[in-house]
Amino acid sequence: MSQPGLPTLDASLCGWGRYPVIQGTVQRPEKASSFAKLIENDPGETLLAQGSARSYGDAAINSKGYTILTERMNRMLSFDEQTGRLRAEAGVTMQEVLETFVPRGWFPAVTPGTKYITLGGAVAFDVHGKNHHQDGAFSRHLHSLKILLASGDIVDCSAQHNPDLFWATVGGMGLTGIIQEVEFSLRRIETAYINSISIKAQNLYEAVSLFDKYESQYQYSVAWIDCLASGKHLGRSLMSFGNHASLEQLSPGRRVKPLQITHKKRVKIPFDFPAQLLNRYTMGCFNQAYFARQRAQEVQSVVDYDTFFYPLDFLQAWNRLYGKRGFVQYQCVFPLETSQSALVQMLQLCSQAGRGSFLAVLKRLGPQEGWLSFPMEGYTLALDMPVQPGLWKFLDRLDRLTIEFGGRVYLAKDARLGSDAFRAMYRDYPKWLAVKSRVDPDNRFTSNLAQRLQIEPVHERVGV
Amino acid sequence: MKEHAVLVVGATSSIVRAIAVQMAQQGASLHLAARDAQEVERIAQDLSIRYQVPVSWSLVEACEYELHADLVQKAQTSMGHLDGVVIGLGELGDQQQAQVDFTHAQRIIHSNYTGVASILTHAANHLEQQGRGFIIAISSVAGDRGRQSNYVYGSAKGALSLFLQGLRNRLAKSGVHVLTVKPGFVNTKMTFGKPGLFLVADPEDVATAVLKAWRQQKNIVYTPWFWWGIMTIIRSIPEGIFKKMNL
Repeated sequence: MSQPGLPTLDASLCGWGRYPVIQGTVQRPEKASSFAKLIENDPGETLLAQGSARSYGDAAINSKGYTILTERMNRMLSFDEQTGRLRAEAGVTMQEVLETFVPRGWFPAVTPGTKYITLGGAVAFDVHGKNHHQDGAFSRHLHSLKILLASGDIVDCSAQHNPDLFWATVGGMGLTGIIQEVEFSLRRIETAYINSISIKAQNLYEAVSLFDKYESQYQYSVAWIDCLASGKHLGRSLMSFGNHASLEQLSPGRRVKPLQITHKKRVKIPFDFPAQLLNRYTMGCFNQAYFARQRAQEVQSVVDYDTFFYPLDFLQAWNRLYGKRGFVQYQCVFPLETSQSALVQMLQLCSQAGRGSFLAVLKRLGPQEGWLSFPMEGYTLALDMPVQPGLWKFLDRLDRLTIEFGGRVYLAKDARLGSDAFRAMYRDYPKWLAVKSRVDPDNRFTSNLAQRLQIEPVHERVGV
Repeated sequence: MKEHAVLVVGATSSIVRAIAVQMAQQGASLHLAARDAQEVERIAQDLSIRYQVPVSWSLVEACEYELHADLVQKAQTSMGHLDGVVIGLGELGDQQQAQVDFTHAQRIIHSNYTGVASILTHAANHLEQQGRGFIIAISSVAGDRGRQSNYVYGSAKGALSLFLQGLRNRLAKSGVHVLTVKPGFVNTKMTFGKPGLFLVADPEDVATAVLKAWRQQKNIVYTPWFWWGIMTIIRSIPEGIFKKMNL
């Protein structure tokens, strides 16, 4: 007999980009015992876990059944002081990990550009950081997972034990089950600071050669790229490289408490900015100013980890800058061989169309991990664009270019990709689908993204 | 808070857990008690990892009165001493069901009132004897006036508020501080998804207010604070009018 389920709440749901916004029903388990009953409570309903909804589009929302909020499942369960291994519930955020462990000399081995993500989200999107070229994605530092499956069982998996389930869940966008626990590694740090250099690159070629030059020397690297610049300045960038600072690299003042930083006060964007505020002229001016801000060719500085890794986090609700209609981020990656020509064409398209972005980011990535993990050896470009007339057509053009050059787009940021384009980009999808079909034959776990991309289990006919 | 040793009863409730978090953050040692072993163990692990303070735990059932003396003893043994108790036990239950099924009503009354009174009897005697300490107990605004929508739960909480009032009167002489907490709507599983709820506070904010009231040696704290105003108005409505209202 099924137990009475958890209370439900009808709500408007969306991702960080605030496009699309859907009507959905949410549940919020607070205890391990109610978490374990999510499947049996509502037989026949579809489910999808949502962490802190920091993916941009429709990957963490489900209008067809329940969206399960994991925010109260946020207990840390074990920590090994020798190895830095942390086991925690999936609702724990990166911010909580940082606040707990940086003062003790530990840092997450991989962190994306915001600390407001949950560990469950880090696994489901197999997130990468500025160190992907050296250290891989989150999954490389993952030891094991506990997942609630469609069968109602909670199972353990790792690269050794139940590897199929493990590699399908890593980057699997929550579609194999609901992640309950995550066990992963932190790395030792001497200080909470990053020894960084910021270098100007006058164009794309310079940027790429700087990535090549510094790739082994610096653990972290990223470039802010001016996607509105054209001609000989096409792809001009402000590049940032960094390593964890040693104690000697700190100023005497900071050396007293090398693992403590003062958190900046967060500024909140109080309302939706008018969407017209972001146009090619204002963005052009912004980009010009941003690039010109740094006078010297090369600037060296020691900055705290918050400033280096999470520059946007201090702006609370910065997604409001893009207006009520929301925005999308187009993040794609190209294989190393085709990267340069692909990037040139893509930047030319952007600059011609005047569809730039305040925050265009260029970054070198290392090899792929999970079957649906985004990274591949090559270069990734990320562009934020407000939802405006003509945008979908423009992005379809970018899709064609991406496919032509053997690349793919990042599903964590996506809100509009077509199902054929998805299949052309993710070549390991059949392998992933085989596992999905086995562990979730009735498609209990689905999202609006999955429905849009027509991701559903396939049934092979067995016997009569 | 440092060097304080606190027994936290009902530790798996979101409000009590949030109070425990802030106490651990400030360096207190804790002994957690609740009904659900898996859950209380998880919370104990979480607190000791995050705040590096000693956290032990044991099981408690509100209605197993004969085991309550043990609980106080266990807390004292595992922490070495006992400076205070935080207690928040009980369930909202279902008013409709409680009206037709007294077993259910009894469960609400026992878990919210009798069980808490029993545990506090043992704890109070211990604290009185040592001549210092504190008791922080979670009651509810629902106990301020009986209303048709939740009077069974409300009566248990109301009884608890009176019990605490008397206890405060008695323990004041021995330097033991008794704080009655009356939360309004808090964002917990008790209220999640209930239609028409307004002014809902987060458990973390409630905990902050509770710790502040505790430091200031307050007797009663409404949280969020404006519930004091709301309840003052609700209490002042003449019964003749009140009985015709739909609250």
